[in-house]
Amino acid sequence: MAIDFGKLADIFVTNWPMFLHGIYITVLFAIVGTVCGFIIGLIIGSLKTIKVNDYDKPIIKILKTMMQAVLRFYVWVFRGTPMMIQAVFLYYLFKPLINWTSFEAALVIISVNTGAYMAEIIRSGIQSIDKGQSEAAQSIGMSHFQNLIYIILPQAIQNSFPSIGNQLIVNIKDSSMLNVLQVTELYFQTMSIAGSNMRFIETYLISAIIYLILTSVASFILNCLERKTNHEGKKRHIDFCS
Amino acid sequence: MEELLSVINLQKNFDELEVLKDVSFSVKSREAVTIIGASGSGKSTLLRSINLLERPSGGQILFHGQNIMENSFDVNSYRQKVAMVFQNFNLFNHLNVLQNCLIGQTKVKKIGKDEALDKALYYLEKVGMRQFKDAYPQTLSGGQKQRVAIARALAMEPEIVLFDEPTSALDPEMVQEVLDIMQKLAKEGLTMIVVTHEMQFARDVSDKVIFMDKGIIAEEGSAEDIFAHPKNPRTIQFLSRYRQSFV
Ligand SMILES: Nc1ncnc2c1ncn2[C@@H]1O[C@H](COP(=O)(O)OP(=O)(O)OP(=O)(O)O)[C@@H](O)[C@H]1O
Ligand SMILES: [Mg+2]
Repeated sequence: MAIDFGKLADIFVTNWPMFLHGIYITVLFAIVGTVCGFIIGLIIGSLKTIKVNDYDKPIIKILKTMMQAVLRFYVWVFRGTPMMIQAVFLYYLFKPLINWTSFEAALVIISVNTGAYMAEIIRSGIQSIDKGQSEAAQSIGMSHFQNLIYIILPQAIQNSFPSIGNQLIVNIKDSSMLNVLQVTELYFQTMSIAGSNMRFIETYLISAIIYLILTSVASFILNCLERKTNHEGKKRHIDFCS
Repeated sequence: MEELLSVINLQKNFDELEVLKDVSFSVKSREAVTIIGASGSGKSTLLRSINLLERPSGGQILFHGQNIMENSFDVNSYRQKVAMVFQNFNLFNHLNVLQNCLIGQTKVKKIGKDEALDKALYYLEKVGMRQFKDAYPQTLSGGQKQRVAIARALAMEPEIVLFDEPTSALDPEMVQEVLDIMQKLAKEGLTMIVVTHEMQFARDVSDKVIFMDKGIIAEEGSAEDIFAHPKNPRTIQFLSRYRQSFV
């Protein structure tokens, strides 16, 4: 059961178009899933701040309570079940209704799944902003949503940037679960290549190295972005001192 | 002169706790009203009720004779006219000094950029913070932050400003710079309600002083009435603790 390193290059050279296609699909899923998931998370995290007040009309109370229950249910289910099961279940559930391709389904499922995680990240980011700023926003007449958009969310996003970025890395790896939908992401391609050349160890090693490179590049880029925002924070300080 | 704001039999409970029992008073245009009283007597709750950060449990608040607690009342446009300055400044930390003074004008009042900029700079000048317009809150001292918070409130050109212990979170050496500005504003005729523990300031600026005790107004009168001739034993007792500072 030794690794034949000579074969590694060989396998890669023969199959590079398939690997390359897999990389393309995996990166596409990861980026679309993270961006759409982020948007879903912003919306849900914001909706979660709508609280039931004693003085609300009964109908408003009921609507707000129902909405909160639906949001909790969504986050609970999508964080509490494997994405593989979500993928197969939702793909076949909606297939007769909207006749989507498995590729479209994969994009939607990774987004909706990431959205559930992002909702929690955004919610705790919102909670980390002290209540005083919200009160100040209210006291100058901002509505709840103006307060969110202009005051709370910009700070919540900045504070939770590391966790938001981490979802990209998670998605590069977890998009492999979408192979159950027969979409040609990197893991699915790896399976196909290994299935035909029967060199499982070498083929999967190549795949592992590619995943490692992708996640490393992603964290490098995220680190740069984070350092840039932090640096801007510092520059504010220096600007003022000089 | 017409009453700008009337508080009538106001009550506020937090569950079992009756914080405001039955509070009535009124404020005329261009008046400076100060509220004094022991910690926990309900002063902050009263101010917060006036701009509806707390929802009163009973009674009425009339603004230009209109009940602000009616369902049809537009709370957000009311709040533009009733600004608030907080003990902890509550500046928007991701915005610089100038942006703090602009955002309410441009996003809430929808004033044009140029006009908003003129006003922001005018009020920053007034509180002596114009040269710090590009600074971010975390780089300012407490006194500077509070002066910016005052400029932010004024930039909305409100009809009345509520101050909740604006100097209580400040280091002693910064208290005066903020009080001086407030005194100047009072002289210029800004209508204000100020909760404060600064008795000398209250004595100097107030057209009316309200002494609160355990959720009610125990005594109310001119600065002269309250500080020189207090009648209620509770007021006398409370003020005796500050006597030294008047000597
Ligand atoms: N959100 C709240 N929930 C429950 N109790 C509250 C709340 N806000 C205030 N209280 C209580 O109401 C009482 C009055 O509080 P308030 O802050 O109005 O007093 P204060 O006169 O402003 O005191 P201080 O001088 O210390 O600021 C206190 O006993 C306080 O614990
Ligand atoms: Mg208080």
